[in-house]
Amino acid sequence: MTMLAPITLASSMADRVGLLWPELLLLIAAMVVALMGLSKDRTIRGAVGPVSILAVLASGVLALVTGGAEAAAAAGVPFPALAQWLKPMVALIAAGLMAVQGGFVDQALEAAIGRNAAAFNPLRAIRGEFHAFALFSIAGVMLLTTATDLIWLFLALELVSLPTYVMVAIGRSDRPGLEAAVKYFFLGAMATAVMLMGFALLYGATGSLQFDLIRNAFGAQAASGGIALLGVGGLMLTAIGLFFKITAVPMHFYAPDVYEGAPLPVTAVLSFIPKVAGFVGLILVLGTAGLTSGELPKPIIALLWMAAILTMSLGNMGALLQHSMKRTMAYSSIAHSGYMLVALAAGTTDALDALLFYLFAYGVTTVATFGGLAVIQRAGGDADRFEDLAGLRRTNPWATSMIVLGALSFTGIPPLLGFFGKFWILTSAFEAGQVALCIFLVVNSLVSARYYLRFMATPVIAEPDSNATPTERNPSRAPVLASVVFGLALLILPCFTGSIFGWVQQATDAPAKAQ
Amino acid sequence: MSAAWITILLPLLAAAVIAFAPSKMAKWIALAATGVVLAATLRLVVGFHDWGSGDFQSESEALRFLPEFGISLSLGYDSVALVMALLNAVLMPLCVLGSFSAIKDRQREYYAWFMVLHASLMLAFASRDAITFYVGYEFTLVPMVFLIAIWGGPERRAAATKYFLFTFFGSIFLLGSLLWLGAQMRESTGVWNFDLDAMIAYSQQLPADTQWWLFLFLGLGFAVKVPIFQLHTWLPLAHDQAPTGGSVILAGTLLKLGTYGLFRIALPAAPEGAVALAPLWAILCICAIVYASLICWVQRDVKRLVAYSSIGHLALCVLGLFAFNIIGAEGAVYYMVNHGLSTGAMFLCIGMIYERYHTKDMERLGGLARRMPVWAFFFGLFTFASLGLPGLNGFVGEFLCLMGTFIADAKSGVDNYPGVLGPNYAFIAASGLVLAAMYLLIMLGKMIWGPLREPHDDGHHQPSGLSVDLNWREIGILTPLAVLCLWLGLAPGFVLESLEPACTRMLAPFPAIVQAQHDAVAAAAAEAVASDTPAAELIITTAEASR
Repeated sequence: MTMLAPITLASSMADRVGLLWPELLLLIAAMVVALMGLSKDRTIRGAVGPVSILAVLASGVLALVTGGAEAAAAAGVPFPALAQWLKPMVALIAAGLMAVQGGFVDQALEAAIGRNAAAFNPLRAIRGEFHAFALFSIAGVMLLTTATDLIWLFLALELVSLPTYVMVAIGRSDRPGLEAAVKYFFLGAMATAVMLMGFALLYGATGSLQFDLIRNAFGAQAASGGIALLGVGGLMLTAIGLFFKITAVPMHFYAPDVYEGAPLPVTAVLSFIPKVAGFVGLILVLGTAGLTSGELPKPIIALLWMAAILTMSLGNMGALLQHSMKRTMAYSSIAHSGYMLVALAAGTTDALDALLFYLFAYGVTTVATFGGLAVIQRAGGDADRFEDLAGLRRTNPWATSMIVLGALSFTGIPPLLGFFGKFWILTSAFEAGQVALCIFLVVNSLVSARYYLRFMATPVIAEPDSNATPTERNPSRAPVLASVVFGLALLILPCFTGSIFGWVQQATDAPAKAQ
Repeated sequence: MSAAWITILLPLLAAAVIAFAPSKMAKWIALAATGVVLAATLRLVVGFHDWGSGDFQSESEALRFLPEFGISLSLGYDSVALVMALLNAVLMPLCVLGSFSAIKDRQREYYAWFMVLHASLMLAFASRDAITFYVGYEFTLVPMVFLIAIWGGPERRAAATKYFLFTFFGSIFLLGSLLWLGAQMRESTGVWNFDLDAMIAYSQQLPADTQWWLFLFLGLGFAVKVPIFQLHTWLPLAHDQAPTGGSVILAGTLLKLGTYGLFRIALPAAPEGAVALAPLWAILCICAIVYASLICWVQRDVKRLVAYSSIGHLALCVLGLFAFNIIGAEGAVYYMVNHGLSTGAMFLCIGMIYERYHTKDMERLGGLARRMPVWAFFFGLFTFASLGLPGLNGFVGEFLCLMGTFIADAKSGVDNYPGVLGPNYAFIAASGLVLAAMYLLIMLGKMIWGPLREPHDDGHHQPSGLSVDLNWREIGILTPLAVLCLWLGLAPGFVLESLEPACTRMLAPFPAIVQAQHDAVAAAAAEAVASDTPAAELIITTAEASR
């Protein structure tokens, strides 16, 4: 049953390669960038960042141009139009994230090499491999959207995760950095094992690894008295394994340490790319058991329900207690996963659209905020205390404005983009009758306002402590540029929410036709 | 472009220009922009189609903003909204003028935030759609927080934080209830629609207990903004710490968003709930009137005193709304305007004193009529307007609110508007007026009359380049407000007449509901008498009391 005939495999491979141009482009770019980073010529090394950004943007455009919802449907992709929305969206935001990494270069060493004062050391200079790993990770997210079976899903998820482990590890060479890397890697491996166990149970329950066959098997089981316990267990373990990627309770506790230990630009990547991957994974796997038709088995709904409430609440409460900006952001990112889990628990097509839009709003806000935060440094590393933001309005008014906008959007103040994310999740959850979840979401937004207010107020109001050593400027202008572009998008995109909503809705329209 | 759009877009444009203009130009750009907005609003008033109709009258083409959700950006006013927009448009240029000498650092940011505040207030008053109303309502929070936190007094950070968290708490419940209502509507009609009139028409048909919950949450949302007793603690701090311009707008129009929201959304959307919860709200209002007055009595800080008096005044205004009759509702809306004018003017006066003496402490200031007769004249006038001296504007609103409360009992009231309050409520509320007269006269006595007291000793008394008494700019700020106070006090008929259709429309569902409630109580009493149960005594007493 699972052993496909070679002919089918070949033709389906050919079908699918047509869908994978963006990923192929990214993989090629990753190799090119890795080699460019080794070059002895400074201009070539300096082009690594721009080339990666261009490659990501080009892959997004390519995804738009090649389209291929029909081909995807023919290849058996569960949500054939999902890639149409997710690939360009991820590419756009990833380009911003890559720009935030612009400052992630040992500029002092580069300057020294320029003066012939230091020997070229490829491991410390421009870090071509760093950008290459980021590109691999982005390619992984894109691959996910066209997954047709659990093996593909697994490989794509690992392609997302493995490079992020490396990025955390090579980002900083001090103790917290290494601790973060080790913690992230081992806990990530554990979560993967849980997920694989889930896959095994799913295979045992349905006798197949392909999403459409699993769906058929579950459909048959549901028609004759409910999905078997083995299948429910498989779904549950898979979901819990994926919770690691989206930093949801109970797999959230690594996030604060890892986010704090990683350099700021990597933290920005961690709070977006794996999250998209995790949610796409959840959508695909739970989609086999009737996610959008409201037919999920009761235990799974209960799991999502509990996870949503706990993730929102623990995330926000944890964030209230922090002094480190990156730890606060980690807890905030946990809380936002909770909001998105509300949409997943609501379990309607509308709620799924809301989730996909929320990912976008969250991503844009993340780039705007992290880009703004990345303009200050201490000793070439991150400036991570809230006090470091004091007086930023004088040294960098643009970054200050963007941090304020980002924090407002995270809080959900209208008319910024983040408001429309929450708006859609709330309306769809209300419509699905999840009033209790909505009340939790609303109260949690209130709690979150407390710590986002610190992000808003500190750079605008506080004056720097005259005894403290002043922060340094990030040598690269790319982060603040990315921050301004995405920050203004927070203001301007709401004027076009109508069209964006329409676009998102198309992403989940198709499965109804394919069924 | 319609004048309604100018009132919203021009301030935004001005904010963007100010952000990049030279610092010296900021206040002039702001003044020009607010002046044009005032002219545009006057144009709207002159061109208002039909004062005799209570309906919302469209002033612009609907902009299909989010068609999937039925959200469209269309602007329009009924007479109440137009009056509130006009109040805001009048106060804004005066605030900008009043900040000319008070704001010395970070001028560009100050005036830019002011313009953003202006735009979002105008959007809230002009919205015909629940979501665009919410956008304007909620976004006022952001500029106000920064106005308090950057240019405020010594406790500004605590004040700004408290203000932000309290009002965000309220508005998030408001958003939740509006979205819940939208989702319910989608379920029964199949389409998303956030048009306020459509939502209100739908929600009036909901069962009574659903409306009870709806009113509880909608009311909670607006109660923080008003503020209602027990949710009021952010207000004295915010008022006290805000810069003068911020205080004026906070008292003048921001608080009115709460009462306007009650009038425009909460009461008509859930009339059953409003009737059921009216006694609770009325008791909270009465508590606020008495409690705030007593606190005012012992205040040393004159700005804090005026802030607490706002709580009492607005409680009286809300009491008028819950009378569910035309007199009360008209009085409440009229009182919103009056309170905006007289309290706003008092904050301006106090700001002028603060600029000269750098204190608001009534123990250190006194007898200022000798030093500043012109200021004393204006301050006295606005205080009398605030305490409700007949002939000035405050009296009309207060009198109508009390009158409305008084006749709001089961005996069908006047014009067939039975109510659930009555003379008892009116009597206690009226005691607030006596108290208000007391504390305001004590304040006047300390500040204006008596021996001259000036804080000479702390070296801060240099008048910072200002003349001893008011200069022409300051007189120019206060004169229009004084004229309006006098005019609205002497000739209220024209405004009240124009408010009547909108109030009638808002109150349309109430008489039947109130009557039904009284009938139910009477029926229960009759049944109890017939069956002669032990509880009969109690029920009969209750029924008689409500009669």
